[in-house]
Amino acid sequence: MTTRAIKSGKIRCDACPVMCYIAEGRAGACDRYANEAGQLVRLDPLTILQRHSESGGELVPFLDGADDWDGGIVADGDTFITAVGAGTTYPDYKPAPFIVASQVDDADMITVVSEGIFSYCGVKVKIDTDRHLGPERAPVRVDGEPVGHVTTGEYGSQMLSLGGVNHLTGGGKKEGRVTCATLLALCNGGAVEMAIDDGSHLIVQAGRPPMVNGEVEERMRAGCGSAVVGMFASQWKGLVDEVVVVDDHITGVMSEHQAGKVIGWPASGIRIKGRRSTPGRYFNVAEPGTGWGGTDLADPLTIVGDFKTGVAEPGRSLLMVSTTGEHSAYYELDDALRPVEKRMPDALVKTIERIAENCEPALCSVVFMGGAGGSLRAGVTENPVRLTRSVRDALTKVTCGGAPAYVWPGGGITIMADVARMPENAFGYVPTPALVAPIEFTMRRDDYQALGGHMDHVTTLADAARGVTGRQNDHVLAGRRRVAADPQNPWPTNRERARS
Amino acid sequence: MSVGWKETPRSVLLKDGRLGLRHGPIDLIVAAQGDPRAVTGGYERVRAQFETILGDLVGELYLLRAPVGGGQPMPSGAIAGRMARIARRFPADFVTPMAAVAGCVADHMLGVLIGDGGLERAYVNNGGDIALHLAPGASYKAAICTDPTAGGHGGTIEVDWGDPVRGIATSGWRGRSHSLGVADAVSVLARDAGTADVAATLIANAVDVNSSAVVRQPANRLQPDSDLGDRPVTVQVGHLSAAEIDEALDNGERRVTGFVQAGLIEAAFLTLQGRTRVVGERPALLSPHAAIPRHGVDRHA
Repeated sequence: MTTRAIKSGKIRCDACPVMCYIAEGRAGACDRYANEAGQLVRLDPLTILQRHSESGGELVPFLDGADDWDGGIVADGDTFITAVGAGTTYPDYKPAPFIVASQVDDADMITVVSEGIFSYCGVKVKIDTDRHLGPERAPVRVDGEPVGHVTTGEYGSQMLSLGGVNHLTGGGKKEGRVTCATLLALCNGGAVEMAIDDGSHLIVQAGRPPMVNGEVEERMRAGCGSAVVGMFASQWKGLVDEVVVVDDHITGVMSEHQAGKVIGWPASGIRIKGRRSTPGRYFNVAEPGTGWGGTDLADPLTIVGDFKTGVAEPGRSLLMVSTTGEHSAYYELDDALRPVEKRMPDALVKTIERIAENCEPALCSVVFMGGAGGSLRAGVTENPVRLTRSVRDALTKVTCGGAPAYVWPGGGITIMADVARMPENAFGYVPTPALVAPIEFTMRRDDYQALGGHMDHVTTLADAARGVTGRQNDHVLAGRRRVAADPQNPWPTNRERARS
Repeated sequence: MSVGWKETPRSVLLKDGRLGLRHGPIDLIVAAQGDPRAVTGGYERVRAQFETILGDLVGELYLLRAPVGGGQPMPSGAIAGRMARIARRFPADFVTPMAAVAGCVADHMLGVLIGDGGLERAYVNNGGDIALHLAPGASYKAAICTDPTAGGHGGTIEVDWGDPVRGIATSGWRGRSHSLGVADAVSVLARDAGTADVAATLIANAVDVNSSAVVRQPANRLQPDSDLGDRPVTVQVGHLSAAEIDEALDNGERRVTGFVQAGLIEAAFLTLQGRTRVVGERPALLSPHAAIPRHGVDRHA
């Protein structure tokens, strides 16, 4: 392909027969080729991580035109070519778009860089809330289409499993498309509205608090009801005669709980409706819901039975509180031993504030999970199974857009990576539907050679950063987008990690 | 600069059975359902035709970029001739056959795909301009794009085989082609995609208002070989007042009504800064959409 400068600032593209004249700073009729300072460039920026000791940890994207890139002074140890924007050679079964050689601490390293087309992929979403979002196994819907399901609850969090091949390609066409759009949005940091069958309506966005039924969930619980009883027992002693910490999982009752016993908390005569687990710990006090402590309770007294006569006395006080301190109420027993709500004494208000203070901010986290298939591995080596073994033996390190990837034990290369640690807009899609995700394999040059790597397609890091592409690359890459590496991520070519 | 590589026509059979074709600015998604032999044969013909269509069009580009009514000869190519004939049907101060290019490529390729029958349902989507084939009983659902930048969908429409609609096209100032107006998106339903394409272009041009919020530049400064010459095209639209939005939509609606009364189109959907108007007989079923694909809007259902 050649381009001729026609007049100042204009070039003529001959990538195709249309031969557009393209003004400076503009794109041609196809929107895929552009004139940047008189150079014809293709508009798929490749993302390069830059390690700066002084960088404050923020990802700072900036476009670098020809002027901006200083043309080759690339410190190998501090630069990493990510697969974001690298393109893919799929389905051509040829070497990956970039096979980059660099020097790291005197060792020759090779990084194989490719965008993978993942038909087998999805996200695991962790939502920090005790609220009941929906029954386990319930479908999660976006736009009415099932895109995943509620999976096992974890400590202080509800988990969703979204995507996966059965929703992407195994269901209806719309189901596949909506699933793909949902995954793409979540992986690129977007907010997605979803509804759980027989459950809540959610807005989920990586790194942001979840919104449940229109309310922002701000806090993760300090602990389960039993734990909160233990954590605050001595602080409550002397201020109140009984404390019930309402929790959908384990509701704690101070006077019966071991924590109360050891500090000599007297019996209060309270009766809790629920299944007693061990003293002072109750399961199933109510149905799950979005009320008190992840139950469906609007009035916590619903779980309190009649006080025992002979033990309880009029005037005794009762504090009921949820595990986040978000709900709380103070009662005193009347002459008939019925709890009557009263204004909470200031000293107790302070303890409620203390519970809230001990709760971490509630967030949604999104972890991408996908399997590197045969053709992707063929882009790395002529003998794909050797790549799997090399990854398994920790000779080859896998990253996604420079972010660390956890490789599942067992067969194949099935990885998980936190999308919040990747550069912006690292994911794309193809209409198959499938997600396009960046993946890099880094290893020593001799290891790469040993596993049957495409040695004759290797480009140096300095060349790749300058915009030179390997001969296998269909893409005339234009733009290079340099972003500061996330300091929380281990540096991708750090050998200790790959060799350990 | 020389990088030793040239884009040739590319075709790829997508996993879902659709055919993707790309050459320069032409980006087609071809889908067909029906007798498997008819589908295979149709795809083969489409692939073969695709080798030459861009070259053929480029050969007559000088005619296709000239305004109609100037007494220039009819182009001889099948697609070029169709573009010129359709453009001439529209009463407008200024229109070139290029206004019909995307739709006419889709219509032509649809004809190639259908061949001598056997398909129940088929479409050719050329970057959002869609030509449809519907056998009795078949229907086609499409989402209407209301925000080309973000890929937002404002609603869906269903075309039934009994409807006189076989073409859908969308135009707006943010689109790939330049617009004289301020519409975010104008989607048109018409008898074929070429007609819908020209109509969408002309209606989008009409959705306009004099406002300091609108920035325009001569088309040929942005695209030196633009068929629009030095006409001012929209490059930025700031926040418009409610009155300005209404005025612009009123202007567009008048043109739609004229086209509908002249029997040129069936209906149009106009979107401007969050306001939508539906003109014509077709109902619009609104449904919100959750997420946004990165590589453009997949506007077919």
